[in-house]
Amino acid sequence: MKVTLFATCLVDMFQGDVGKAVVEVLERLGCDLDFPEHQICCGQPAYNSGYVKESQNAMKKMITAFEHAEYVVSPSGSCAYMFKEYPEVFRGDPVWEPKAQALADKTYEFTEFIVDVLKVEDVGAHLEGKATYHTSCHMTRLLGVTEAPLKLLNQVKGLQYVELPGKDRCCGFGGTFSVKMGNISGEMVNEKVQNVEETRADILIGADAGCLMNIGGRITRQGKPIKVMHIAEVLNS
Amino acid sequence: MSMKTSNERFHHRVAKELENTFMRGAVSSAQERLQTRRLEQADELGHWEEWRSHGEEIRKHVLANLDYYLYQLSENVSKRGGHVYFAQTAKEATDYIQSIAKNKNATKIVKSKSMVTEEIDLNAALEKLGCQVIETDLGEYILQVDDHEPPSHIVAPALHKNKEQIRDIFKEKQGYEKSEEPEELALYVRQKLRNEYLTADIGITGCNFAIAESGSITLVTNEGNADLVTALPKTQITVMGMERIVPTFEEMEVLVSLLTRSAVGQKLTSYITTLTGIKDEGDTDGPEDFHLVIVDNGRSAILGSEFQPILQCIRCAACVNACPVYRHVGGHSYGSIYSGPVGVVLSPLLGGYEDFKELPYASTLCGACTDACPVKIPLHQLIHRHRQVIVENEGKAPVSEKLLMKAFGLGASSPTLYKMATKVASPAMAPFTKDQKISNGPGPLKAWTEARDFPAPNKNHFRDWFKHRQQGGDE
Repeated sequence: MKVTLFATCLVDMFQGDVGKAVVEVLERLGCDLDFPEHQICCGQPAYNSGYVKESQNAMKKMITAFEHAEYVVSPSGSCAYMFKEYPEVFRGDPVWEPKAQALADKTYEFTEFIVDVLKVEDVGAHLEGKATYHTSCHMTRLLGVTEAPLKLLNQVKGLQYVELPGKDRCCGFGGTFSVKMGNISGEMVNEKVQNVEETRADILIGADAGCLMNIGGRITRQGKPIKVMHIAEVLNS
Repeated sequence: MSMKTSNERFHHRVAKELENTFMRGAVSSAQERLQTRRLEQADELGHWEEWRSHGEEIRKHVLANLDYYLYQLSENVSKRGGHVYFAQTAKEATDYIQSIAKNKNATKIVKSKSMVTEEIDLNAALEKLGCQVIETDLGEYILQVDDHEPPSHIVAPALHKNKEQIRDIFKEKQGYEKSEEPEELALYVRQKLRNEYLTADIGITGCNFAIAESGSITLVTNEGNADLVTALPKTQITVMGMERIVPTFEEMEVLVSLLTRSAVGQKLTSYITTLTGIKDEGDTDGPEDFHLVIVDNGRSAILGSEFQPILQCIRCAACVNACPVYRHVGGHSYGSIYSGPVGVVLSPLLGGYEDFKELPYASTLCGACTDACPVKIPLHQLIHRHRQVIVENEGKAPVSEKLLMKAFGLGASSPTLYKMATKVASPAMAPFTKDQKISNGPGPLKAWTEARDFPAPNKNHFRDWFKHRQQGGDE
């Protein structure tokens, strides 16, 4: 199966290991991957800040970059959801709306793709440890992917899963919110890390690069002995 | 109190409130309690999503036919001996209510809880006439005694206070001598208020729902205070936002079911009272004179705009109780009597962007509010829409941000520029980087690194790795 990777700028710039894990897991599951060189940022930082016109340039570039793709897969629920929003952004535009719709229709978040399209729940991963999982807001509430990550984690040998208290509560990332409202965001992520600690887990897993950068940044600042992993890295273990 | 509750700058308010550990403890525990009960009640009722859709449908239908229902309501109120006054502005509403107070030579007025009367600053207008105005909702009463502190929550106005603080307020202001036990506090206020109802000249209420087919007013409380406010004084004035109408009792029942479950996690509140017109011959109680004041105050400008869905709101505060930002900053940070997600959407619309331009950014767009709303208002989308209006029409976005976003638009328009910009990130950040992380970042990163580390950009990007690998290179 041909899969086109939408790596996201956070993975491209900061979390290369997550990208590598995504590639290796999907290849093991028989996918043939490509990475369009012309992909850039999905436009979400500008779009969510209210700069809709400014973000449309980026969106058009992305639509074009992925036009050839059969399946588009992204290791970030929030960025995948941004693609799903494109048709709304170009509503009424005779050229771009249908193109945006076509992209939205073939876009999947990484775990959703494995479970719903590849129909695989056991990817043969093995990781010893006690882990908790942060359900990212955009991925669960907006994209509607709730079961897939847990189904996959459930099959990882050696992994003991504990539910995170307040798991539905935002970690305080919110894109530009994290710098515009830095002090509120800081309090939110502080509470999130306290919740992670309450579980006594030694691994925090997530499926969204932004949330993980936020929670992980707080964990390293406080020097907590908690390892932060993207679910792709867990499935590649 | 008018809608605006503070002249302090938004960021100062937030910084101050974040230091308020009492408030934050009270708010987070209340949020958890109310949310848990709401979810349990929704579950117990069953088919919650269908109920929500039905509620949404009713509210949308009313808004689409608001002129019709307003006419029907006013006709029916008049038929039952009441007076209807349409107030376009806050001032028209308070002028009218002042004129009634003057006519009646009123000296004492009792009120049940009403956000719209806060919005139009009614108490101040009546006090200016020399009237004594007494709030009878327990939460509102506490705030009134505490030097008219503004509400921090649209359903539970004193949510930010704990019982010890409440005890101290009564002790300091009124010489209260008993304990902080809720039963004792409630009994104390109950005894104080009982006499006020009996001696008041006018009773003023808000309105949860006005029923167009009968000209009735529905009031939902847990304390029964609205019943005394409407049963005892000779004159009753009910103030309502112009959108708070339902066509018939049937729709009222649906919305009350959604309201009590969403607001306080109860199947029904202790009192749900429906009042129609003035006291009939043979009735033992009820007002001899009834005035319904229907307030526009900016609502008709929302009608027909892209923000119309906010008028579906039934003021349950489920969005407030679900909001992770409200959880930490509390209601007073918003600087508006309407706080939380509903306040973020409503305050700039009713009070203008100048005073409330920061509010739409006090959200992570996490969508918890939209999920919680019993009448399916797409709150996070409306918050996002505000940001767009601020950037495009209001010109209120900071210049530095505009430049940054222009650069974003440019950078994102060209993959070459994007690559160049991201390539320089690693060397540019090198002076701030230690152990692959940035702990004291420059510019906008400073706000991030106050609380957490920022990862150092990779020297080699993922895309380079992928390309190299495709070409058969080592990993």
